[in-house]
Amino acid sequence: MTRLSWFNTVSLTLGFAFLYIPMIILVVYSFNESKLVTVWAGFSTKWYGELVRNEAFLDAAWVTVKVAVFSSTIATILGTMAALVLVRAGRFLGRTLFSGMIYAPLVMPEVITGLSLLLLFIGIGLDRGILTIVLAHTTFSMCYVSVVVSSRLVSFDRSLEEAALDLGASQAEAFRLVTLPIIAPAVISGWLLAFTLSLDDLVIASFTAGPSATTLPIKIFSAVRLGVSPEINALSTIMIAIVTVGVITASLVTKRAMVRQQQDEQAAIRAG
Amino acid sequence: MGTKVFAPWDDPNAKPLIQFRNVTKRFGEFTAIDDLTLDIFEREFFALLGPSGCGKTTMMRMLAGFEKPTEGQILLAGQDIDPIPPNKRAVNMMFQSYALFPHLTVYENIAFGLRRGNMPKHDLHDRVQEMLRLTRLEKFAGRKPHQISGGQRQRVALARSLAKAPKLLLLDEPLGALDKKLRQDTQFELMDIQEKTGTTFVIVTHDQEEAMTVASRVAVMNDGKLVQVATPDRLYETPNSVYVADFIGDVNIIEGHATATGEETYRIDWGEGREPLTAKSAQPFSAGQACHLAIRPEKVTITAERPTDADNAVQGRVHDIAYLGNLSTYHVELPDGTIIKAQSANTRRIARRSFTWEDTVWLSWTATAGVLLAE
Amino acid sequence: MRRFVLIAIPYAWLLALFLVPFVIVFKISLSDIALAIPPYTPTLRDGFAEFWAGLDFENFVWLTQDDLYWKAYLSSVRIALFSTLLTLLVGYPIAYGMARAPEEWRPTLMMLVILPFWTSFLIRVYAWMGILSNEGLLNQFLLALGVISEPLTILNTNTAVYIGIVYTYLPFMILPIYATLDRMDGSLIEAAEDLGCSRAQAFWLVTIPLSRPGIIAGCFLVFIPVIGEFVIPSLLGGSGTLMIGKVLWEEFFSNRDWPVASAVAVVLLLILVIPIVLFQRNQQKQAEKDT
Repeated sequence: MTRLSWFNTVSLTLGFAFLYIPMIILVVYSFNESKLVTVWAGFSTKWYGELVRNEAFLDAAWVTVKVAVFSSTIATILGTMAALVLVRAGRFLGRTLFSGMIYAPLVMPEVITGLSLLLLFIGIGLDRGILTIVLAHTTFSMCYVSVVVSSRLVSFDRSLEEAALDLGASQAEAFRLVTLPIIAPAVISGWLLAFTLSLDDLVIASFTAGPSATTLPIKIFSAVRLGVSPEINALSTIMIAIVTVGVITASLVTKRAMVRQQQDEQAAIRAG
Repeated sequence: MGTKVFAPWDDPNAKPLIQFRNVTKRFGEFTAIDDLTLDIFEREFFALLGPSGCGKTTMMRMLAGFEKPTEGQILLAGQDIDPIPPNKRAVNMMFQSYALFPHLTVYENIAFGLRRGNMPKHDLHDRVQEMLRLTRLEKFAGRKPHQISGGQRQRVALARSLAKAPKLLLLDEPLGALDKKLRQDTQFELMDIQEKTGTTFVIVTHDQEEAMTVASRVAVMNDGKLVQVATPDRLYETPNSVYVADFIGDVNIIEGHATATGEETYRIDWGEGREPLTAKSAQPFSAGQACHLAIRPEKVTITAERPTDADNAVQGRVHDIAYLGNLSTYHVELPDGTIIKAQSANTRRIARRSFTWEDTVWLSWTATAGVLLAE
Repeated sequence: MRRFVLIAIPYAWLLALFLVPFVIVFKISLSDIALAIPPYTPTLRDGFAEFWAGLDFENFVWLTQDDLYWKAYLSSVRIALFSTLLTLLVGYPIAYGMARAPEEWRPTLMMLVILPFWTSFLIRVYAWMGILSNEGLLNQFLLALGVISEPLTILNTNTAVYIGIVYTYLPFMILPIYATLDRMDGSLIEAAEDLGCSRAQAFWLVTIPLSRPGIIAGCFLVFIPVIGEFVIPSLLGGSGTLMIGKVLWEEFFSNRDWPVASAVAVVLLLILVIPIVLFQRNQQKQAEKDT
């Protein structure tokens, strides 16, 4: 492999600096002593302490996690079903409408999705709270899940299922014992995607949340609107740390699985 | 005119088009080409033959300018080409993957190189048409590469690399992607086009049959070195090593020790209790020197009775028969387990075949049938 | 039977929570504002005949009459176009560098591009507030270097909005372009050079045309969501930054004018239909080519 030319080196360095420097600054200033975020006044972890004592934030965080767990789990089930319908069900009445409804939320501006769901909840007299946020998040994240899962299903070798049926498995057993384990990585990444989308969402949650349930992004947004605050920096740092650890762990696990598979294959060749 | 054989490599006054002078190419620790010297002449169809990783592709890429020699020089028409970048060399290459531009039509692919120069529009069109005619692609000029067959793609790649009338055309496994039947037809087409255009062709291949069919000379390579450079017939009849004999065609190799018994005649002792063999060799061997006798299966005769006048005869049992239609190859097992292959033409119907499995037979060959090799 | 259940459950969910809400938005966009709960009229409680008679296009007429709305639509499209172009200019060299990087680096580089995507969008926008403000780090840095003598006003201007958009949407541009460049056969560039192209010509005549599908996909992936963007203009933009997502939000939450907010949403959707259809067609064409 050729080495990088100076042009590529410069563009990669600048590009990744642009992507990461703002976040690094954010993290660094969360340890700032001063209330003024932009003036460095020495190292301190006091804002983390403030954060832990701030019950409004803790409540919001708890609500957010609950919403994310419920909505991503339901969305994964519904999204996997939708993916099966898209890839496997063949023709049925209203198929075009169905696939349209799967893809539309991916490109729909959040303000419109939020507004329309809010108007629905008010129309049917549903009180806004955790339930309504869960319903809203499930609806848009199931579409992401179904896109992820269906791209895996498309490349799935149908003869594996046929082999299972041939060996005496029922349709349900073939799905549970053969199909599901093979598409499981896609289902899991679909769940993770749905979970993150739910944690992240501000706009749709703002429309569908009621006074009884506020999520973390809503809380952060209203605090941030008034300007930068070290407490938010501390909160952001924690969130960034969780995501970074999660993503790196996930990629290490995948990498190790790949290396192990390669080693196994080589061992098999040597042994053969 | 016309009677003179094309063999500039035998003419000491001929000036080579390409000269490799002590060229070495290293990639880090790995030596791909090891102190290699080679001349290639104008109008030659030269084949670089060898297993993958032998350095043949590296040689081609150095000619095209994508790699630079670590040591030594490469001359093109007497000029060192080291400082010339690939886009300025009068050398074009046909890539193994064809590397056709998928976003351009067949016509535009062929015109691509011509458009880099300042060719007038009209001449350019004529040249592209000429190339389309030469490769019989007139009907497909407007198609994109993914809309034509593999054989047609191969011809587009050829037309594109020939369009600029290069001094030297490099072909990297040009027929590798085609199936066997099409490959054979295309080999003759390539030779035809080479003759018509008078361009010097250097072809890289791992297929010995292909190299033998198309090339005027073949260079057999191994581990970054030239093992033998010769015309196809000499390569087959007088290989200079066991490696070449084994690489080109089918061969029996018998190991033994040579002792001179007359002028250019040697006795070969090849094991306890075996009748010694007789072979002629121009190459001298000292008494008792280890040697290899290489005999092509078609030069071994198979008979039921011991032939009276044969220089060499051994007895064995038919172990296996490979029926190839026009030919049959008999694998004959000698009493000690050695297998010797003998080939004979099937001039009769198979039912009347003289030998079958487990028959006891005699194998015989003349003193000049084999080649005696030191290594 | 099993097939029916499999289809019916997600179908019913999407109908109830995706399609029906839209019908409601459309219906309310034809209603009038009222001091009631819900704050519009007519509702179905008024009886069907009256309900039907009460619907009109008044709100849409209003949108054309008041400058604010069409200016906001126009400015959203303009900001989206310009920031898409900027994102392309920043993203292409990065994608190109990644595709040319040694093979063993590429998974790591990919992860580095995707990582910000998993972190909160809100936080990534917020990060720029501290950098771009008048006393922010960028101004401190430039003042210290002596490049400027007065702090620049960047936060609460369109410039800040552009920076925010490029920053947050960059992965959407890089990934599809990287995918096409990574798939590209390296011998095509060598073939172009062999046929007489310089490096730059080969890039322009071969690399760019072949990465076009990635460029188009990346541009749509940035352009479409940016039009309806709300968080970036409201945190980084100023009073002069007009974007329709923000207008809709304020119409709903501040003015509590649900019918006008609904009408704004309906028109926004109509504007988005064109790029969405174009995008779908492009993706389909690509998928057909690949098979």
